[in-house]
Amino acid sequence: MLELKNISYSVIDENQVNIDILKHINLKFNKGINVITGQNGSGKSTLIKVIMDINKATSGKVIYNGKDISNMNITERANIGFTLAFQQPIRFKGIKVKNLLDIASSKNNKLSDACEYLSKVGLCAKDYINRDVDNTLSGGELKRIELAIALAKGGEVFLFDEPEAGIDLWSFDSLIELFKNLENKIVIIVSHQEKIIQCANKVVVLDNDNVKEYTSKQAIKQIKKIQCGKLGG
Amino acid sequence: MDKLNKIDKELLSQIADLHTIPQGSFNIRKNGKLVSRSSNEDIQIVSKNNKEGIDIIVKKDIKNKSVHIPVIVTQGGFKDLVYNDFYIGDNAEVTIVAGCGIHNNGTAQSGHNGIHTFHIGKNARVTYIEKHLALGNGKGEKVLNPITNIIMGSNSYLDMQTIQLGGVTYSNRTTKAKLNKCSELNVVEKILTTDNQQAKTVFNVNMIGENCKCNVVSRSVAKGDSIQEFKSKLIGKSTCFGRVECDAILLDNARVKSIPEIDAVVKEATLNHEATVGKIAGEQLIKLMSLGLTEQEAEDVIIKGYLK
Repeated sequence: MLELKNISYSVIDENQVNIDILKHINLKFNKGINVITGQNGSGKSTLIKVIMDINKATSGKVIYNGKDISNMNITERANIGFTLAFQQPIRFKGIKVKNLLDIASSKNNKLSDACEYLSKVGLCAKDYINRDVDNTLSGGELKRIELAIALAKGGEVFLFDEPEAGIDLWSFDSLIELFKNLENKIVIIVSHQEKIIQCANKVVVLDNDNVKEYTSKQAIKQIKKIQCGKLGG
Repeated sequence: MDKLNKIDKELLSQIADLHTIPQGSFNIRKNGKLVSRSSNEDIQIVSKNNKEGIDIIVKKDIKNKSVHIPVIVTQGGFKDLVYNDFYIGDNAEVTIVAGCGIHNNGTAQSGHNGIHTFHIGKNARVTYIEKHLALGNGKGEKVLNPITNIIMGSNSYLDMQTIQLGGVTYSNRTTKAKLNKCSELNVVEKILTTDNQQAKTVFNVNMIGENCKCNVVSRSVAKGDSIQEFKSKLIGKSTCFGRVECDAILLDNARVKSIPEIDAVVKEATLNHEATVGKIAGEQLIKLMSLGLTEQEAEDVIIKGYLK
């Protein structure tokens, strides 16, 4: 189980004013699919980054399987099984898809190994393994590669930040299938998509200092009550 | 190859991937003297009469041939100056591996100035690889100042890769090219400088012929207190396409200057320059750390990829 205890995160803006992005968040995530949703600016991506220690929590604790990991850095969290697929995948110069798959999985991947990961995101390994992870890849291709890299890394806690964004041609059902195959892991997905919310064991609606937890059915009812626009984006 | 010691062989393997006697023509020069040469009918190597250097004459129409002409300087204080002229016959397809390795354990400056001139025939396709490396723990400076002059015949193609692997105290590289009709020049330059090293590169490309193309990519990493300067000048005198891309990663207190000049003499010339100089993007480090690498390992992967 992953537990966030009283997590706050604030930044200081250019006028030296303190801005609270997350305030006293308490949440528990069990194995299965957990979806975090909420309006733009509600702190969803920030929360994911706090879990990975990309953003350092201003206060509060992160407890994983009963152990306080608040002082662990990104690398240490990655090495105990935390895996993040970025909302906006990073481009590199001179680094190939294979290099990232190799780093993620700590092995020298053969074409057949790469195929295992890339086919799950609808890509043909031999077309992509030697491509540079740079601006020669489209946003959609890059996003799928990002998911394949997360699968190659494996782990126990999967964090997906808006995984559906930019993926248009690949079937949505395959994406859902990908999450369902991780059901015996702790999967935390930031998403606005009803189809993703539908397959969640738990839905968290976040609003900076306010957290509401629902089942997927309740969440969808709730979301439909609120105007779509409020949750959109 | 018998005359070569362990250091010589190490330098040759790094600058020209030579582990044994190469296939095809070759010319190995050490401390200003010829060590070994193989010349054949397809690619002739002939010593110059009036000055130091060789003529490399590639027969027209030959395909898939290669020639290696590495130079090594292992004597502290030795300064080599050599003129190499390449005559590439029409329709020939050839790979030329040059390069210079310096090993200096002494206190005096040693160096190599290679002046290369390419006369590339019509429809010829040339790959030219030039690696520079300097080793040795002495205080003696290691200096490399290559000059490359290129005249490209119509519809010819040159892929030029220059790599300075490190250890060179000062380098000043000048490349001048003249592109005739439908010719294409692709240059990839990779430079690593550390400590107090200085590297300067000047490209001057004159695009004369209709529909010629030029693409220059410079990737560099500057560490320590090193300084690099990248100057490029593209002159488009006809319907042509020219592009220069300069990317540099800065570490420690290093500094890189990129100075572009693009001169479209006629409006049909399309010329472009892009330069990015700065530290490693934080998000790249974070991505690799999220895959389990430490910050240092992530930095190494990014630099290795950059200079690959």
